[in-house]
Amino acid sequence: MSKMLVLDQVCKTFNPGSVNEKVVLTDLSLELEKGDFVTIIGGNGTGKSTLFNAVSGNFYVDSGRVELDGQDITFLKDYQRANQIGRLFQDPLKGTAPNMTIEENLSLAYMRNTKGALRFGISAKERELFRQRLAMLDLGLEDRMKSKVGLLSGGQRQALTLLMATLVTPKLLLLDEHTAALDPATAEKVLNITKKIVEENGLTCMMITHNIGDALSLGNRTIMMDSGKIILDISGEERSQMTVPKLLEMFHQKSNKALDNDRILLAK
Amino acid sequence: MTMIALRGAIEIGLIYGLVALALYISYRTLDIADLTVDGTFALGAATTAVCTVAGHPVLGLFAAMGAGVLAGFVTAILQTKLKVQSILAGIITMTALYSINIIVMGNRSNLPMAKNDTLFTLIPEFAGDYTRLIVIAAVIALVCVITVLFFRTPLGLSVRATGDNRDMVSASSINPAFTTTVGLCAANAVVGLAGALFAQYQKVGDSTSGTGTVVIGLASLIIGEVLLGRRSVVRGVIGAIVGAIIYRIIIAAALSASISASNLKLVSAIIVAVAISYPAIKEQLDLHKMRKAAKVK
Ligand SMILES: Nc1ncnc2c1ncn2[C@@H]1O[C@H](COP(=O)(O)OP(=O)(O)OP(=O)(O)O)[C@@H](O)[C@H]1O
Ligand SMILES: [Mg+2]
Repeated sequence: MSKMLVLDQVCKTFNPGSVNEKVVLTDLSLELEKGDFVTIIGGNGTGKSTLFNAVSGNFYVDSGRVELDGQDITFLKDYQRANQIGRLFQDPLKGTAPNMTIEENLSLAYMRNTKGALRFGISAKERELFRQRLAMLDLGLEDRMKSKVGLLSGGQRQALTLLMATLVTPKLLLLDEHTAALDPATAEKVLNITKKIVEENGLTCMMITHNIGDALSLGNRTIMMDSGKIILDISGEERSQMTVPKLLEMFHQKSNKALDNDRILLAK
Repeated sequence: MTMIALRGAIEIGLIYGLVALALYISYRTLDIADLTVDGTFALGAATTAVCTVAGHPVLGLFAAMGAGVLAGFVTAILQTKLKVQSILAGIITMTALYSINIIVMGNRSNLPMAKNDTLFTLIPEFAGDYTRLIVIAAVIALVCVITVLFFRTPLGLSVRATGDNRDMVSASSINPAFTTTVGLCAANAVVGLAGALFAQYQKVGDSTSGTGTVVIGLASLIIGEVLLGRRSVVRGVIGAIVGAIIYRIIIAAALSASISASNLKLVSAIIVAVAISYPAIKEQLDLHKMRKAAKVK
């Protein structure tokens, strides 16, 4: 099987050479098969979002290589990668333009496909496609296509963002705690929609979550990060045997170890 | 106010409506306070004056728009590529334009067109005294239609999104630096046209004609928004033009009430300050009322 994403010894340090120097990713390597759905867990500030930033091109990595579906994208700009990579953030406000209507937002997302064409307005065919996709969400948004997105609830906006990120099937979908800001019922709904969209399109996907249960029940592989490194990577048999308490325990062990290291450093 | 004064106010208001329209594109849509405008207005005037004196008034309108595009482009490059803060970028270009405008007119600060044909003398008087008004209105209507259509194209849609949520534009695989540049070029093209029409109307290209234009444009834009709201592009565009006409009528009224012309800038500044701070003032007043009501209980 072909690799969809390859990270090869990626390093990233913020503010190098200053007092605020912060080494975030250290020689991080990761390979994703096509169709992999990887869940990512790890404590706060361990570099999970930074890993996503490196993949989606918010910055160039200091060293190492990023490859998407066989193409070297290490030095592509974020917007150049965006037609192959869809991304959702924790903040539901981030992915949509509030003063534009639902269909205008969708139309923008669809431009990854229709680039460069000179048209006035949204064609009937496109509108029909948008309506069908919106209906899939089962939130009644298909009847509100001319409403401004700013009027929607956080959950509705996040579901819409998910639809926009996958409207033109991306090679890779990055979900950064995309249900964390939603109430439990809405979070579950958005998560179910996520599952459905990922399965139906056979998407390759990475999802950061702080919910260990979700991390094990969704997807086919789970990795744990600590201090910018992958410290656990389980799939298949090992993963199906894994339980939430066991993983939690490992999680605490590892983070305690990190703490001990700090103490040792301080003791010197 | 006399009929002639009113008609004159509407004519000038329509021309300045283009400035308000440009600010609708840059300030309202892209969310950039583009101060290039003052310089671009005079640049349009200077460019068109040179063309008109050479016998090409209509070409002069297009040349003024082209010059506006260049001015907008310089500001955009300063902002997007060289990372100069947007307000400062506009100020830099505007300052440079002071000199450039004088150079354009052959090292003079104004260039009269009294003896030359302009757009307004070329067209036969088909409607008597109202000919000029109709010609201006037609040009402005055309520009408005083009603007509305532009905002419906994919490019126009991405320009709108750039001001609304920049991250989302990159996420849609569109370079926000590019859409910002397109927006600023378009806005300044419109300003250049306004300066050109104004110069041909006054029969003189004046390097100082742009001073204070941004503030006038903003005041007009906001008056239009108060009246027509901000709900859609069509409303925004029409609002800009209507606001500019009303602004001119207010100014004409102030003039006939013998407020001296030199005080007009003060009046404009006050209108803008009040209009922009209106939401904040209203909030304070509402809070005050609520507190009072709570006390009475
Ligand atoms: N642009 C930046 N400049 C400087 N430091 C940064 C930057 N982005 C991230 N960091 C630092 O890198 C570290 C890792 O941040 P990151 O956002 O990747 O953590 P995370 O694993 O996503 O944590 P969380 O679970 O809280 O979201 C943090 O210490 C953070 O302060
Ligand atoms: Mg994070």
